Amino acid sequence: MTRVDQVKLTKKDFKSDQDVRWCPGCGDYSILNSVQAAFADLGKKLHETVIISGIGCSSRFPYYMETYGFHTIHGRAPSVATGVKLSNPDLDVWVITGDGDAMSIGGNHFIHTMRRNVGLKVLLFNNRIYGLTKGQYSPTSPTGKVTKSTPMGSVDHPFSPIALALGAGGTFVARSVDMLASHLQSMVKRADSHAGTAVVEVYQNCNIFNDGAYKHFTDKTVRSDRMIELRHGEPLLFGKETQKGIAFDQNFQPYIVEGDGLSDAFVWDEAAESPAPAMALATMDEAIFPVPIGVFRRQEKVNYEQAVNLQVEHAKGVRQESLRDLLYAGETWRVE
Amino acid sequence: MTGTETRDGSEGAASEPAIQQLDQVVIRFAGDSGDGMQLTGDQFTRTTALMGNDIATFPDFPAEIRAPAGTIPGVSAFQLRFSSFDIHTPGDAPDVLVAMNPAALKVHLPHLKKDGVLLLNSASFRSLDLKKAKYDVDPRTDETLDGYRVIEVDLAKRTKEALANSALDNRGKDRCKNMYALGILYWLFHRDVEPTEKAIAQKFAKRPEVVEANLTAMRAGHAYAETTEIFQTAYQVAPAKLASGTYRNIMGNQALCLGLVAASKQCGVPLFLGSYPITPASDILHQLSGYKHHGVVTFQAEDEIAAVCAAIGASYAGQIGLTSTSGPGVALKTEAMGLAIMAELPLVVLNVQRAGPSTGMPTKTQQADLLQAMYGRNGESPMVVIACSTPADAFEVGYEAIRIATKYMVPVMLLSDGYIANGSEPWRLPDVERLPPIEVSYASPDESGAKYAPYKRHPETLARPWAKPGTLGLVHRIGGLEKQDVTGDISYDPANHQHMVDTRAQKVANVADDLPALQPIGERSGDVLVLGWGSPRGAITAAVTRLQSDGHKVSAAFLRHLNPLPNDLEALMRGFKQVVLPELNKGQLAMVLRAKYLIDVRSLSQVNGQPFQSQVIEDFVRSVLKEVCE
Repeated sequence: MTRVDQVKLTKKDFKSDQDVRWCPGCGDYSILNSVQAAFADLGKKLHETVIISGIGCSSRFPYYMETYGFHTIHGRAPSVATGVKLSNPDLDVWVITGDGDAMSIGGNHFIHTMRRNVGLKVLLFNNRIYGLTKGQYSPTSPTGKVTKSTPMGSVDHPFSPIALALGAGGTFVARSVDMLASHLQSMVKRADSHAGTAVVEVYQNCNIFNDGAYKHFTDKTVRSDRMIELRHGEPLLFGKETQKGIAFDQNFQPYIVEGDGLSDAFVWDEAAESPAPAMALATMDEAIFPVPIGVFRRQEKVNYEQAVNLQVEHAKGVRQESLRDLLYAGETWRVE
Repeated sequence: MTGTETRDGSEGAASEPAIQQLDQVVIRFAGDSGDGMQLTGDQFTRTTALMGNDIATFPDFPAEIRAPAGTIPGVSAFQLRFSSFDIHTPGDAPDVLVAMNPAALKVHLPHLKKDGVLLLNSASFRSLDLKKAKYDVDPRTDETLDGYRVIEVDLAKRTKEALANSALDNRGKDRCKNMYALGILYWLFHRDVEPTEKAIAQKFAKRPEVVEANLTAMRAGHAYAETTEIFQTAYQVAPAKLASGTYRNIMGNQALCLGLVAASKQCGVPLFLGSYPITPASDILHQLSGYKHHGVVTFQAEDEIAAVCAAIGASYAGQIGLTSTSGPGVALKTEAMGLAIMAELPLVVLNVQRAGPSTGMPTKTQQADLLQAMYGRNGESPMVVIACSTPADAFEVGYEAIRIATKYMVPVMLLSDGYIANGSEPWRLPDVERLPPIEVSYASPDESGAKYAPYKRHPETLARPWAKPGTLGLVHRIGGLEKQDVTGDISYDPANHQHMVDTRAQKVANVADDLPALQPIGERSGDVLVLGWGSPRGAITAAVTRLQSDGHKVSAAFLRHLNPLPNDLEALMRGFKQVVLPELNKGQLAMVLRAKYLIDVRSLSQVNGQPFQSQVIEDFVRSVLKEVCE
């Protein structure tokens, strides 16, 4: 149906006519809902939006959005999306991926997309498990995790997608949680406003194979003590009455402060030149420290697709060559 | 070398060499990887092309950038053949061998014709050099060189003397010795020095002392050959009588790039190349990255998979997505090609084949990726496969790949090989006005307001529409999951899957309805048809032409389209008592033809990393003729 371009769309307009087929109770539903709401708020146009995914539960996402969508192959969504964005920088291109898709099989494309700073928005659904293949451990599963493929517990060390994105030179790196709708929507909007690659890790509950993976810090009863929201320009405080904070010692080791020490709490600067504070927060031990959500890092850097197309436009400007001149270039000779 | 000797009767004839007219010469330059043999061969080729000879070249170099100096693995060679008539191959055996060191002599002497000219750099026959080349005895002192016309020149010493006043250091001076050797050959074969003077001045424009030293060395070599009496004879090869037109010397990878750009211009759709460097395909990435002024975007990806996926993304966005690679890279791209087949997007995969399996011999040629191209994907995933057969032919085949990909909305695999990619020949330039049209149209919204149907097909070609994201009213989803025809919705319906598998196959098959008739060399019936695809074309043509002139009922035909095969192929094959198929693999196309047509195709297989020699094909066909004519 051709829509009148000027009308501001509602959340409902972003829903496709396809039945959503995630397991009932899956965290993906709330993410879909938040994205649709955020897109409507942002005044996005259906035909200018392209959603590209890889393989996994999360990667079914494009089918449920009434935008352009391409459900590609395992781990390769950032590469396909890079081709789309380079070919048409005016398109609003979103990548939907998961911890298996982006951190395991597609790890290489993930880091190189960060490094290039392609103007893509990446939503990484991290449920710390392989859902679509029915319950094997993932690169973000904690050591000791008992799954179908690790009956005696995983001996792998997990890594943090945030730390990986920071290490790869990511220019916008953030985290949210599936059930925190308003925070998630604000992160989607912040990502949208960033020109370069924006990655938002979304902690997502898989209620079938890894139910409650985040419960120990997302549950309402413990949330205020176990999570910390990063707010640009504000000290790192948490607790029901914001009575606790995080400070760094001279070796950049974080420690928790309370009472008189509260004034030592580190003032968060998401735009800091050094990635060190963000990296320190991304790698804090979850058992000891609160889990940070919000924007870890934001940097302005030239967009890859702009730099590429600038060279093309420049070359076109300084050198016009007909096809005939191209073919007949170099040393030619006549035979009569 | 074949020709007649004429002695010039003018005054002072005693010191003047005889001028011998030849109709063709094969020269092979061989030396260490660092000796500049490729540059030397390239210069001789350019000069000779400009002098109007027909020419064919065969660079043969190691994969190592600099293997240990003076060793056998480090030997790099460049063979070229030039003539006063139309030729098809760089020749089987050289008439002249330039050997810069004992290792080059060891590797290439067995190929030199008896009585051939052997130019040796005597400076590099010290005992250590001999040891590196695994010579127990100096080959100049025993019977090894008997039967050749040996000319020894101390190139190192003479070059150094010639460059006494040069600003270069000793190492820099020594590196000019290839130019000294080139100067000698320019005199010997009556070549103009001017094109090389120009080319070297251009190549090293920022380093005038290098230009000066190289040209001084070349002129000194030329003067040395002229004034000393080491040669009793100099040779001339008259220009060839080629078809009228404007010519340019071209390498296969170059011509391929030009064909792609020409097709892109013709249909008005920009090219997007996603690529990862790999021998022998990297030059395609290099060359296309220089065509930004023609709107070409090149993306050097982090790996082969990202390269093809970005190309698929570009095609999805409405550009012509290309990816260039060689066999190992194709293996990595396999899953993504399946996606392009499923999503029914145009895509051109350029496979410049090399000797496999695995890493194999990266700089050596082979045609062993045909079955990989045709069948190397999971599921029923047919793909159009076409192949170029000569450096100049690569232009037309590049053009054809884009015509098919955009007309049928299919991925196309284009097979070239190392021999075509790096070989060169004179190319009669096409009339730009007469290039066949390529029309591309994108989907637009249905005026009735009906929902866009991404898999609603063209009634004849079965191509689905190409909808550019960004177009109002066409939002839709595609992907690797099976689709309901017309609507594009995900479908697990058995009847639909059967229909879609059949449809994807039919779409590829339909390409055959669109092909020109096969044009055999010779009659359409007879005793033996020599069928070829890809780079053996030259050797087959040479062999078949000789057999025909001996009165044999032998014809040759060449396949540009390998999947689907041309509709008239079967009838042509059935017109002969026997079909012979020389391939640089273990008989892959022969297997396909036997399976498809139940015709007893005789395979002539060669997998040694080298191109066919025409003599090998001729001998094989003669033996087959003996059988069928008994």
